[in-house]
Amino acid sequence: MIRLEKVTKIYPDGTEAVGGVSFEVQKGELCVLLGPSGCGKTTTMKMINRLISATSGKIYIDGTDNTSIDENELRRNIGYAIQDIGLFPHMTVAENIGTVPALKGWSKVKRRKRAKELLELLRMHPDVFIDKYPRELSGGQRQRVGVARALGGDPPIMLMDEPFGAIDPITRVELQNEFLKIQQEIRKTIIFVTHDIYEAIKMGHRIALMKEGHLVQYAPPADLLYRPKDEFVADFAGADRGLKGLQLIRTEDVMWKSPPAAKPDEDVKAARKRMEQEGIDWLVVIDDEGRFAGWAVSSDLEGGRKVKEIMNTSALTAPSANATLSEALSVMLTSGLNVLAIVDQDNRLEGVLTFQAIQDALRETAQEASVRMRRITPLREESP
Amino acid sequence: MLDAYQFVIQHPKMLAGWVVDHLCISLVAIIIGTVLGVTLGIFITGKGRQQIAEVVLYFAEIMMTVPSLALFGLLMILLGSLGFSAIGFLPAVIALIVYGQLPILRNTYTAIRQVDPAMIEAGRGMGMSERQLLLRIRLPLALPVIMAGLRNAMVLIIGIGTIAALIGAGGLGVPIFRGLRNARTDLIIIGGVSVSALALLVDGLMALFERLITPKGLRE
Repeated sequence: MIRLEKVTKIYPDGTEAVGGVSFEVQKGELCVLLGPSGCGKTTTMKMINRLISATSGKIYIDGTDNTSIDENELRRNIGYAIQDIGLFPHMTVAENIGTVPALKGWSKVKRRKRAKELLELLRMHPDVFIDKYPRELSGGQRQRVGVARALGGDPPIMLMDEPFGAIDPITRVELQNEFLKIQQEIRKTIIFVTHDIYEAIKMGHRIALMKEGHLVQYAPPADLLYRPKDEFVADFAGADRGLKGLQLIRTEDVMWKSPPAAKPDEDVKAARKRMEQEGIDWLVVIDDEGRFAGWAVSSDLEGGRKVKEIMNTSALTAPSANATLSEALSVMLTSGLNVLAIVDQDNRLEGVLTFQAIQDALRETAQEASVRMRRITPLREESP
Repeated sequence: MLDAYQFVIQHPKMLAGWVVDHLCISLVAIIIGTVLGVTLGIFITGKGRQQIAEVVLYFAEIMMTVPSLALFGLLMILLGSLGFSAIGFLPAVIALIVYGQLPILRNTYTAIRQVDPAMIEAGRGMGMSERQLLLRIRLPLALPVIMAGLRNAMVLIIGIGTIAALIGAGGLGVPIFRGLRNARTDLIIIGGVSVSALALLVDGLMALFERLITPKGLRE
């Protein structure tokens, strides 16, 4: 889909911003360009839509050399999202989202329809937001509109330059989760620039780690963490790269989707029996509508006759099965239990996450990364 | 003061005539000046025109330093030698256009250049041509500052417009200079106060107009 061949950018003053970078991004993949500031990641991205012209090397989009396409035509078919500052303040949300459609000559009715669709996709109520101006929006809302605008012309490819950079950490995590969910639906080919390794690990199918204009390692996130190519990669991944692996795993892939449960009105004895059968010391209590009500823990079973009399209702829950294990684990640590209920927006139980499951998932990811690496590049023979 | 009041009561038509003349000259000057100044201002912001811009702005600044009386005099000679009418409406309007250029040019130039580069890059990155960037991004965002320049120019033109009376173009300069020649304080007051009032009024109207055309998303 996108192929870079020995792409180099040398500025007139002789500085080499990017030197001989080659990599390929498959259709529907999200490739993260990662690296410290000044490593050439943004320059590399901007050469794809020719905001910056390459000094040498070729960039192919669907097999076509990107310099053979009219630059405006090229850019209208590549979504472009930057930090929220890029929203046009004199245009409404609808007009901002309709920028590329307008350039492509869509009718006003069609543009508005598209804006509505995209706002819905990004979970912003169209009737509330469509005619608002950027200054009337919060940072997170602006960033959503920024993403919606990049999707405006329904381009097959998107370039995203730190699209979630200028917002508070909580909103950022929320937006990342939602964007991943959306990406599962829309399957765009995306180049995503960030300097945040957590974001890179979480978002990318593959990460291109850059340093001083050169590509150091281009690999899936697990390989970057568990099979770093050299010292620089290992340092960049950090001493806590084992923990960072938690970012790689989605809660829903690890959680227990139909965990042993009890009803509030159930007899304590029946609950104890079920625990013994399952070999665990807890049951999740859900009410008749499937909402999470609390935990029945074995050490409390003596306190009453019905489950509702003894259950622990103060435990925290983690919203969104789409969150990463890292986010879920952090809630689990705060709540003080080694189990965590995952619920949807209406507090309905989606699953249960156990500490054991997290450990297992982490170990598997690390092993898989090693196995895959060995398959792709045979290990060099050790000298005796 | 009382004399001035009585004069106005007795000769309202005379005053009205001066005001209308004054307004006519000023409006024609600001309209032509706007078209000229904004066009030139946009032109000099173009890529690779930095040096042209410096020369143009420098020249406009020099024109501002020429005493208005001298400029009117020079224009009389110049227009006369070209076979145009050397007195009256034409030289007055030309001189006022020249005076209005600096604020219009300078504001247009700075306003367009000050548009956030991130905004321009966003537009370019989405596939806008230079022309589309100008019409859809640069001009709307520069509008408030350009309007401020126009208001500035308008106040300036109305003020300097009094001198137009000296080359026979009429306007509120007429009572002022007549008053000066005949030691008639009342006429001086009438002319002076009217010019100020006119400037304030037109500026207020333009402020209103500015609010109207400022894109909604940019309003305070």
